[in-house]
Amino acid sequence: MLVLTCHACGVTAEETEFHAGGEAHLKRFGPGSSETDFEGYLFMRDNPKGVHFERWRHVYGCGKWFHVARDTMTLEVFGSYSAQTYTPPDDLIAQIEDKRPDWTRKAATA
Amino acid sequence: MKKYSVFAVAREAMRHHTGWTRAWRDAQPKKRYDVIIIGAGGHGLATAYYLGKNFGITNVAILEKGWLGGGNTGRNTTIIRSNYLQDPSAAIYEKSRSLYETMSQDLNYNVMFSPRGVIMLAQTEHEVRGYKRTAHANALQGVTTEFIGPEKVKSLVPIINIDGPRYPVLGGLWQARGGTARHDAVAWGYARACSDMGMDVIQRCEVTGIRQMGGRVTGVSTNRGDIDCDKLGMVVAGHSGHLADMAGFRLPIESVALQALVSEPIKPCMDVVVMANTVHGYMSQSDKGEMVIGGGTDGYNNYTQRGSFHHIEETVRALIETFPMVSRLKMLRQWGGIVDVTGDRSPILSKTPVDGIFVNCGWGTGGFKAIPGSGWAMAELIAKGQSPLTDAFGLNRFAEGRFIDESVAAGVAH
Repeated sequence: MLVLTCHACGVTAEETEFHAGGEAHLKRFGPGSSETDFEGYLFMRDNPKGVHFERWRHVYGCGKWFHVARDTMTLEVFGSYSAQTYTPPDDLIAQIEDKRPDWTRKAATA
Repeated sequence: MKKYSVFAVAREAMRHHTGWTRAWRDAQPKKRYDVIIIGAGGHGLATAYYLGKNFGITNVAILEKGWLGGGNTGRNTTIIRSNYLQDPSAAIYEKSRSLYETMSQDLNYNVMFSPRGVIMLAQTEHEVRGYKRTAHANALQGVTTEFIGPEKVKSLVPIINIDGPRYPVLGGLWQARGGTARHDAVAWGYARACSDMGMDVIQRCEVTGIRQMGGRVTGVSTNRGDIDCDKLGMVVAGHSGHLADMAGFRLPIESVALQALVSEPIKPCMDVVVMANTVHGYMSQSDKGEMVIGGGTDGYNNYTQRGSFHHIEETVRALIETFPMVSRLKMLRQWGGIVDVTGDRSPILSKTPVDGIFVNCGWGTGGFKAIPGSGWAMAELIAKGQSPLTDAFGLNRFAEGRFIDESVAAGVAH
């Protein structure tokens, strides 16, 4: 069972208290964007086997959204960080690179 | 290939079963094939089989990183049905179900197809309306289903509790021609038939890269060397996104773990498949007597092949309410498989941005029932570049907004 820490209220709890919200840091494309960009934003996902940045919501707690870095192979949670960011914090990336030398963060995709 | 028959059994009985040979060759990779299929699960093997049978393409390799049928083919709850709402889905699933009926004879391999009937319980007013609508749609599609009342449900499934306190059974969608089959045998039967046609089923051969030239596929790199090909079919379910990444495109797919469990074996008590989508559980009894129970998916991306424990609790809790006798059973085993889920819960059978690469994925939580139909359609797509069964399932449907919205129609147990 996953144990996550809510970045908003600091509570550490089991996954049943949270709700997963899918891939994080998707760039939003709205009216006026190209069809490919809009399709990418709505449907296309990296779905990596390994390090994944994702959104979670503390539904049975403070109700706030936050971000989590997690390994989809081992379920290791690297850390939580604020939802009000466009990229993961540098210290978290450094920590993941330390643990997963083969991993490189992809540039934010469309 | 030796033909399996009652005479073969009798002949081997006379000589202490010394004459049986391997069902399929342990092939080594050649330098080049016309078609390479990545993934020797049910869908991959079926694709190869129908490429040979329907289109005479037999210079084919099926590459498997693990062992044959060791992925979701061996991890599902073996339910076969075709009571889908949308026309394209009904077409491909009904094709599949009808191919299951003759599969044992076709492959000369007993897949133990048992058309015992499938009930999807309606436990809310909304489900009653939804399933009546599906039954009407199925009537137009030529799929035989029927909406039945609670008394008929009780007579088909005596162990069911139709007056449940929370979710009484208000009726059900009954497909008498649905049922189950032996999942491993499906993979083994196809592998044997493919091998017999001269195709190479290569196990423990992991694809590590996809080679392209000028926007066209030229071959794959594997842990057993480079192999050239004209056409490449990716049929790897949960790992589709991972392979697409190698080929340089993205898919609208997220991988999650789906679990199942079985109880200790008991005497025959239920001879149909029952799916209860509102309370999240479905159950059938295997030939060994185990109650085979399907659970829910994890809500988050996941490649672990085990799944979260609380989903088992939810599933078992729901089943105890609907089948009170289950509370006395011990559960024997639990396992998980990685399913590839698309936004509209319908599969993708399509060309890709790379010429010569075809993808068959996104079957999500309901791929086993589709194995022969999916293979049949995918073989036509690879051989001819187009198939009436796959037209609606192209990758372009997301950009064009032509969803085949089955998540509502099928509920959880897709």
